Amino acid sequence: MGFGDLELLTLQQYWWIIFSLLGGLFVFMMFVQGGQTMIDFLSHNETEKTMIINSIGRKWELGFTTLVLFGGTLFSAFPLFYSASFGGAYWLWLAILFSFIIQAVSYEYRSKPNNFLGKRTYEIFLRINGDVGSFLLGVAIATFFSGSEFIVDENNFSHWQNDLRGLEALLNPYNWLLGLALIFLTKISGALYLINNIDYEPIRQKAILSIKGHMPMFLITYLGFMIWIFTKDGFGVDENGVVFIEQYKYFNNFIDMPIVSALFIIGVGMVIVAVFKTIHYEKTCCIKTAGVGIVMTVAALIVSVGFNNTVYYPSTTDMQSSLTIMNSSGSHYTLTVMSYASIMIPFVLGYIGYAWYSMDREKLTKEEIEAPDAHNY
Amino acid sequence: MEEHLVDWSRAQFALTALYHFLFVPLTLGLGFIVAIMETIYVKTGSLEWKKITKFWMTLFAINFAIGVATGIIMEFEFGTNWANYSWFVGDIFGAPLAIEGILAFFMESAFFAVMFFGWNKVGKKFHLLSTWLVAVGSNLSAMWILVANGWMQFPIGVEFNPDTVRNEMVDFWAIFFSPVAVSKFLHTIGSGYVISALFVVGISAWYLLKERDTIFAKRSMVVGATFGLVASLFLFLSGDESAHQVAQKQPVKLAAMEGLYEGKEGAGIVAVGILNEEKTLENDEEVYHFEFEIPYALSLLGYHDPFAFVPGLKDLVYGNEERGIESAISKMEKGKIAVQALRDYKEAKRNADEVGMAEAKAKLDANMQYFGYGHLEKPEDIVPPISLTFYSFHIMVTLGGWFLTLFGIVLFFFIFNKDIVKQKLILLSAVLSIPLGYIAAEAGWIVAEVGRQPWAIQDLMPVGVAVTDISTTNVMISFFMFAVLFTILLIAEVKIMTKQIAMGPEEAH
Ligand code: HDD
Ligand code: HEM
Ligand code: HEM
Repeated sequence: MGFGDLELLTLQQYWWIIFSLLGGLFVFMMFVQGGQTMIDFLSHNETEKTMIINSIGRKWELGFTTLVLFGGTLFSAFPLFYSASFGGAYWLWLAILFSFIIQAVSYEYRSKPNNFLGKRTYEIFLRINGDVGSFLLGVAIATFFSGSEFIVDENNFSHWQNDLRGLEALLNPYNWLLGLALIFLTKISGALYLINNIDYEPIRQKAILSIKGHMPMFLITYLGFMIWIFTKDGFGVDENGVVFIEQYKYFNNFIDMPIVSALFIIGVGMVIVAVFKTIHYEKTCCIKTAGVGIVMTVAALIVSVGFNNTVYYPSTTDMQSSLTIMNSSGSHYTLTVMSYASIMIPFVLGYIGYAWYSMDREKLTKEEIEAPDAHNY
Repeated sequence: MEEHLVDWSRAQFALTALYHFLFVPLTLGLGFIVAIMETIYVKTGSLEWKKITKFWMTLFAINFAIGVATGIIMEFEFGTNWANYSWFVGDIFGAPLAIEGILAFFMESAFFAVMFFGWNKVGKKFHLLSTWLVAVGSNLSAMWILVANGWMQFPIGVEFNPDTVRNEMVDFWAIFFSPVAVSKFLHTIGSGYVISALFVVGISAWYLLKERDTIFAKRSMVVGATFGLVASLFLFLSGDESAHQVAQKQPVKLAAMEGLYEGKEGAGIVAVGILNEEKTLENDEEVYHFEFEIPYALSLLGYHDPFAFVPGLKDLVYGNEERGIESAISKMEKGKIAVQALRDYKEAKRNADEVGMAEAKAKLDANMQYFGYGHLEKPEDIVPPISLTFYSFHIMVTLGGWFLTLFGIVLFFFIFNKDIVKQKLILLSAVLSIPLGYIAAEAGWIVAEVGRQPWAIQDLMPVGVAVTDISTTNVMISFFMFAVLFTILLIAEVKIMTKQIAMGPEEAH
């Protein structure tokens, strides 16, 4: 028995779960983005700044690659989403991509002599990537709930109906809630990561201070977002594929799928516990707890719009054009092939974990940064 | 659809891809060169070799960062600018990209950190392994994307599904082992190796001209030139195979590469020539203002037989019964039948008319091979821009010959223990050859991609159908945004790189 014997729906669900998991992992890796926005706040002098940049800088590639894989998965497993959303919400996605393009060069180029734009510019690039990138991603994910204006024609070619090409998502204040929540979340995880990764008290103290500020903001915006989706009408789909409006759809999903709600609640709980232990007991452990929590929460949220006969990408212009995991996926054969490739994922996570562990066994110190043969960002 | 939308979208794709490929080749080749150097270091324990390794590794990192920055946009651009294409072939084309992400990109990014920051943190062996894995990972990334590109040139292993209106994969291995994909992969990584070798040899030559860091430069030069000579030979062989594949699968491209209007037996290759821009399919103007031809070479290159018939553009557009070549006009008729059959199928399906559906499906299947031709306006549309394809091809091949010679000469001096430091002219030409490598590779892509026009997917989907439904202004704006941003980043990269080179192995970091 292999993947090929599974039903199409099972494969679609399997890929939606992988996609949700990647989403969770990506948001977790965005501690790099969060850290980027606090370089100035957390440091008193140039050495401390260098320590922070080197600590997160050794991880930026992994987050970036997760984003790339996120795109690749959508392309192959849910090509109709890939074409409708990326082609449609053109400027929203391009803005996100631009913020990642400038991130990719900034670490390597910032401290190099003769770097054309000057150190400060690259630091601003990192800041833009952190704040604007996180915010816009949050907004983009929020459209899974608020919907977009597009039509899919009978050839399955899609046509966006708003000339703002994605920027209209910014006009919906509810979308902002998730955008803001993501900004604060990444700042919290960034601080937790730095506390764990850098063995240096002044930075740790400031990081704790930052968490104290960001945690309430995160809770307010995130709670606001959850209240909004739990009280709003949602988009459901019946067994014939007809899309209809269902009251409290997103809330009902959590009721109908107790495993998903459990993951969600435990996940949020873990983030809160991690923050509490850090602030109260000054523990340095807690990026791990918070990290697992973030992956669980985000994955649960994404799973909840894909499963239980839900529309994950609603069209507000033509409801029947809305995308579900059933009507937007790749063929049975493709999903099967990809599923075999997915067997490699645990192995990949394994070697990433090993490389990470062997690099971080010893925490980053001031001495390491100041060593004469150090390769610093 | 708006006028010029396709042109701007193509321009944007070409711009971003050409930029991306300015950085990719060095990653592909320098990764291995650095790994070889580090292996020598680990084997001999010589600190001089550690210094050599670290210096080239620094340059590798500077280049790698911008390769990644330009790469992410390529990934998403299929969705943003070629949305219809993305649906039509998403699950064939997307699969290699996703697999690339899982199998290759993570390998690069996980071990990249170890390679740069792990010198004092992990053991020597594990560090060396990481360096090799980064090199292997980057070559694997090239493999999957080239499988995808090869499929666009020669779409196999798929079946058209009229219900979803797209091509669906039916045979993964056929796509993976497609001869076009294989030759493309080998030729493209080969070009990366040659460019990296030119880079190492050229920079070393510069130190020798400046009479500084001589030991370092000579050692680097030997590794670079040896690697380059082997890679150049490999590039010739794989280029020959590429041309052979083009002859079989994309005869129009081959004819455009050589400006061959009339087909003939024992066709030659124009080694040097100036095209007559007045020449069209319909008039009797001369093809060249001036040309110097190597007889039989094209037949040999394309068909591995000096007397083979090579069809010309006229044969391919207007048909040639004697040779059994079907005209584009007749293919267009079949294509129109296929397009109409798809409409009929939809119509019948709406009316739940099973018989009608079956009839339409049969018609569609019979003519599907020519589906893309159904969207063309006139038969001449199948001809790509000739002069661009022609000159690009010739520049690439000529430069390939020069690189082989250069590596040969450099190695000659080392093998026979003659002092290359005195040979200013050779050293200078090695320095000046660095940009030529890039020119050759970009020219190669222009042959491959421009020569494929008007098809996004050969014979199945012309570019006009593939493009996202968006207003042209948007694409124009994003085109200029990319042009400005990438140019700024390129300038920064070149400035940093030259500074590091000027600082030299003692000070660079
Ligand atoms: C996997 C697919 C793929 C890959 C690896 C590449 N391209 Fe490409 N290219 C396309 C897929 C594609 C495309 C999306 O299919 C385009 C857009 C429209 C078209 O016909 O092909 C295209 C167009 C296109 C054009 C415009 C052709 C024209 O307007 O006539 C150029 C010059 C290039 N590409 C150059 C490159 C370069 C330098 C590449 C090296 C990195 C490259 N392509 C890789
Ligand atoms: C349209 C086609 C292409 C797409 C969609 C694409 C996509 C990407 C992406 C997303 C990255 C960044 C990966 C990361 O996060 O590390 C990247 C890097 C890379 N790509 Fe491409 N790429 C394309 C064409 C090519 C081609 C033709 C080659 C080689 C033949 C190539 C080879 C590489 C390599 C070696 C890297 C490693 C980074 C570097 O060069 O510095 N890519 N590509
Ligand atoms: C020396 C003899 C060479 C021959 C006979 C040759 C032949 C070819 C042919 C026929 C193509 C088109 C393949 C297609 O359309 O699918 C091609 C593409 C290409 N060439 Fe060459 N080439 C040679 C040298 C070089 C050199 C010196 C470089 C760069 C250093 C280079 C880099 C490329 C690249 C990057 C491509 C695009 C990728 C591909 O389609 O494989 N080639 N070459």
